[in-house]
Amino acid sequence: MLDKIKKFFRTFFLTELLSGLKTTGRHFFTKNVTIQFPDEETPKSNRFRGLHALRRYPNGEERCIACKLCEAVCPALAITIESEQRDDGSRRTTRYDIDLFKCIYCGFCEEACPVDAIVETRISNYHFEKRGEQIMHKQDLLAVGDRYEQQLASDREEDSKFR
Amino acid sequence: MLTIDDLISLGLTLLKVLLIVLPLLLAVAYLTLAERRVIGIIQDRIGPNRVGPRGLLQPIADMVKLFFKEIIIPTNANRYLFIMAPILAIAPALAAWAVVPFADGWVLANLNVGVLYILAMTSLGVYGIIIAGWGSNSKYAFLGALRASAQIVSYEIAMGCALVGVIMAAGSLNLTDIVNAQKGGIWHWYWLPLFPLFVVHWISAVAETNRSPFDLAEGESEIVAGFHVEYAGMGFGGFFLAEYANMILMSLLASIFYLGGWLSPFAGIPILEQAFAWVPQIVWLFAKTSLFLLLYIWFRATFPRYRYDQLMRLGWKIFIPVTLIWIVVLGFMIKFHVSPWFSIS
Repeated sequence: MLDKIKKFFRTFFLTELLSGLKTTGRHFFTKNVTIQFPDEETPKSNRFRGLHALRRYPNGEERCIACKLCEAVCPALAITIESEQRDDGSRRTTRYDIDLFKCIYCGFCEEACPVDAIVETRISNYHFEKRGEQIMHKQDLLAVGDRYEQQLASDREEDSKFR
Repeated sequence: MLTIDDLISLGLTLLKVLLIVLPLLLAVAYLTLAERRVIGIIQDRIGPNRVGPRGLLQPIADMVKLFFKEIIIPTNANRYLFIMAPILAIAPALAAWAVVPFADGWVLANLNVGVLYILAMTSLGVYGIIIAGWGSNSKYAFLGALRASAQIVSYEIAMGCALVGVIMAAGSLNLTDIVNAQKGGIWHWYWLPLFPLFVVHWISAVAETNRSPFDLAEGESEIVAGFHVEYAGMGFGGFFLAEYANMILMSLLASIFYLGGWLSPFAGIPILEQAFAWVPQIVWLFAKTSLFLLLYIWFRATFPRYRYDQLMRLGWKIFIPVTLIWIVVLGFMIKFHVSPWFSIS
C-alpha cells in the first residue's frame, strides 16, 4: 500500500524524468571529448605499431642482413625476402616486400630483427590509390625509414630501458 | 471592384505575412543547427562546426542539398496525394501563425477566437500526415501515419482540456487578451495557478509535434521513418519544415498561455523593473520561446522513446483526468477570487 502511494507520487512529480534531465543537463556543462581528427590527433605511444620502415646505420649502410627471421616469424606471411651476396661479400636483400593487406601489425618482425632493421613507425593514416600499391617494396620501406629516422631512433631510445 | 485602398491594405497584409514567414523559415533552419549543436554538447561532442564559421552555414548547406535532390515518386503511389501531402502539412503549420501576438498589438489577425483557430489549424496538420501515409502506398508509411495521427488526435484532447483552464482563467479566447490578463510580475503568470495544466499542456505539445520521447511515428527500428519514408528532396523538406515550425509555434503558445507572453518577468519589482524597462516586449517573448525550444532539444537528448500503449495510457488515462480535476479546482479558485490571479479588479 505504502509502496503504491510512493509510486504514485514519484510518477506525478516526474522525479525520474527530472533526474534524467539533471544528468544530461550536467553533461551540457562538462568538457567535450571530441578530437577533431585532421586538425588534432590523439597522443601516440612510442610503441605504436603503424606503417613499416627499414632503417639504416648512421653511415648510410642499410641495416637489414637478410637473415629472414622476420619472414619466418610473420604470422600472416606478409613478408617476402630474396637475398644475394653483394660485391663486397656481405649478404643483402634484393627483395623485401611487405603486403600491408596481409599484415596484422603484430610487431613480431620488429621483435625478431637482430639488427633493428625492420621497424613499425607511428604513422597510422595512409592510403592506397591503385591495386598493388599495398605491397611495400624495399625502396619504399627504406624511404619511410630515411624520412622518419629521427623519430624512430628516439622512440627506440625511450623504450630501450624496458628491454 | 478593387479600389486603391483595398490594394494598399492587401499589400500591407502581404508584407506582414512575409515579415512573419521569412523569419520563421530562418528560425526553422537555425533551430535544426541549434538542435544538433545542443545534443552534441550534451553528449560531450561538438556537433557540426565545419560549414562556415562555427558551423553557422550548416543549415544553408542542408537547404541547398534538399532543394537539389531529386523528388522521387514511387511507381504505385498516388501522385496527386503524394505531392499534396507535404503542402497540406506546411500550410496549417504556417497559417496558425496568423493569430500569434508577438507584442502588444503586433498581430496579423486579432481574432476573438484565436485559441480555437490555433486548435483547428494544428489539427488540420494531421491530414498532411494521413495523406502522406496513404498516398505513398507503402506499409511503413501507412503504419507511421496511423500512429502519428492517432497520437496527435489523442493528445489534442488533453491539450484542449488544458487550454480550457487557460480560457477560464483569462475569460477570453483572444490570445492578446490572455496575455494581458496575466499582467504583473512572474508570479502573476498562469504557470502558478495552472501548474498541472501547464505540465500537461507542455508534454502534450511535445507529443503533438511528434517529437522525442513521443516520436513513435518515426520509430527507426520498426517503421524506418514513419509517414515520410517515401519522400526525398523538398517533399521531405516540407514535412521537416512543418515539424519544426510547429515546434516553434508550440513553444510560443506555451509562453503566451502560461508565461505571460511578451510581459516582463520583473514587472512590480522596484529596481529590476526599471533596469529592464528598455527591453522590447518581443525579446521577452522570444526568450521564453527559446527556453521551451531548449526543453524540446533537452528532452530529445535525454529520454528514450515511449512504447505505443504507454503513450496512449499517458494521454487518455492520466492527462485527461488530471486536467479535468484541475479545471474543477480552478473553478473554485476563480469563484473565491484567489489572489493575485483572480482578484476582483
